[in-house]
Amino acid sequence: MKSIKILMLLSLMMAAFSFTSIAQPALTAAKTRGKIVFTTYCMPCHQADGNGVPNLNPPLVKTSYVLGDKTKLIGILLNGLNQEIEINGETYNGVMASHDYLTNQEIADVLTYVRNSFGNKASLIIPQDVKLARVAFKK
Amino acid sequence: MKKSSILLLILAVCFVSAFVVLDKNNLFKTSETAGLQLPQGFSASIFYDNLGRARHLSVAPNGDVYVKLSKLKEGKGIYRLRDANHDGIAETASGFGNYIGTGIVVTPNELFASSDNGVFKYKITNNEVDTTSVLPIVKGLWNKRQHESKSITLDNKGNIYVNIGAPSNMCQVEDRKKGSPGQMPCPILDSAGGIWQFKTDKANQSYGEGLRYATGLRNVVGLDWNTEVNDLFVMQHGRDMLFQFYPEMFTQQQGAENPAEEMFRIPKGADAGWPYCYFDNDKKQKLLNPEYGGDRSKVGDCATKTQSVMQFPGHMAPNGLVFYTGKQFPAKYKNGAFIAFHGSWNRAPEPQEGYYVVFVPFKNGKPEGKWEIFADGFAGPNKATGRVDYRPCGLAQGPDGALYVSDDSKGRIWKITYQN
Repeated sequence: MKSIKILMLLSLMMAAFSFTSIAQPALTAAKTRGKIVFTTYCMPCHQADGNGVPNLNPPLVKTSYVLGDKTKLIGILLNGLNQEIEINGETYNGVMASHDYLTNQEIADVLTYVRNSFGNKASLIIPQDVKLARVAFKK
Repeated sequence: MKKSSILLLILAVCFVSAFVVLDKNNLFKTSETAGLQLPQGFSASIFYDNLGRARHLSVAPNGDVYVKLSKLKEGKGIYRLRDANHDGIAETASGFGNYIGTGIVVTPNELFASSDNGVFKYKITNNEVDTTSVLPIVKGLWNKRQHESKSITLDNKGNIYVNIGAPSNMCQVEDRKKGSPGQMPCPILDSAGGIWQFKTDKANQSYGEGLRYATGLRNVVGLDWNTEVNDLFVMQHGRDMLFQFYPEMFTQQQGAENPAEEMFRIPKGADAGWPYCYFDNDKKQKLLNPEYGGDRSKVGDCATKTQSVMQFPGHMAPNGLVFYTGKQFPAKYKNGAFIAFHGSWNRAPEPQEGYYVVFVPFKNGKPEGKWEIFADGFAGPNKATGRVDYRPCGLAQGPDGALYVSDDSKGRIWKITYQN
């Protein structure tokens, strides 16, 4: 019984260790891949610094759209966004097309990049999140 | 003693720098040009400031400047700026009209102002707008949030011309989606993507009462009736995303420079070709758009479309157009065109461009020679990234021949004058 407890504790420690040691490289790798996707598909409208274009394309910097609910954010990429939105008192009307043709990996990477660039800090998005979101939005 | 003088110096520096922020244009840039770069002999004043999203403007015969806002300021969408002592700075601003919009034209006894759905008319008597006389002359036009602003101009025969921008980039099945095909024929053209003509003296007109005067124009913000040759001229905003959608045809830099922003002389019934055609600045030709089978060399039906009279670099967003009929400026400006370029975004990561007022010399209703930058310095130090200070949007000529420029990011209005 005692040995099981120790084993559990040990595996927990190992998990924690592997999380801290793997998380940072995983983030860096995802951001590196994500930046390429961002540059191709997002930067033209949201601009290199993520600040967007006044009245048209919303900023990606420290907004609840980017830092909040992952599924909602993934949904914007999958479904596009064609409605007026308001951020810090400014309205944005630009039309964003659906980017559902990107792979789960690409969407996960680019959103991880956006959520951890331009002064943003938020958790990783993994391909499984995108896979589940695709199912959720199909319903 | 020494310490206190240093302290005094620091205090003085702080005071001056605080003051600079409030009044930098008057203090540190040549006050004669209000922070702008202008040709020799021209000067400028800040006629009014902080109106917010000041779109187009128009000047009454008595010098009152009317400005249309695309965001209400203190609940009002139109402001009249009055410079009673004629020192180039308006002392009073009075607002009316509780709707947003872009277009505004004032005549000796009437004022026309557009919302994003239509046009309202007011009576003016003794230089005062009778706000109770407001009459919707045009209503029910498409407003689908993209290219939604309605610009207006009048001819001298009782007609008003209204731009209805296409709520689309390229009339694709799925707007702005890479790989989505262009619709053939484009169904948008029945209700938008052109200039509509209405009567100035009839109430409640809409599509049924109006005439589609010209089609195939993606979005027009700057337009003006040229009184020298009695024809409509418009500035088209060209399409976005050539490089992003077709990297096999356009390099990043070519995507920034293409397509041309175009000036058209528009006879009744003109078809400028959108969404099927674009003007290629490298090939110097109107070509078939890739969404419609184009490959940067196929012309297709584009040879039969109305050709532009002048082309400009891509994405600079021409938002204001006015033909100069005044006597104040030197002779070369007579009957020429001033164009306000709002500035680009679809050039990233190439440096952004525009944010200035351009002059095009004209002779007999045709551009004569090259365009040149007339007024610059609106953007400030961060032009390349698009984080700019001011964005020129509207242009108007005053009764004294001065040129007015509006900025729709902060709402600054400049008055530009010339003295020998």
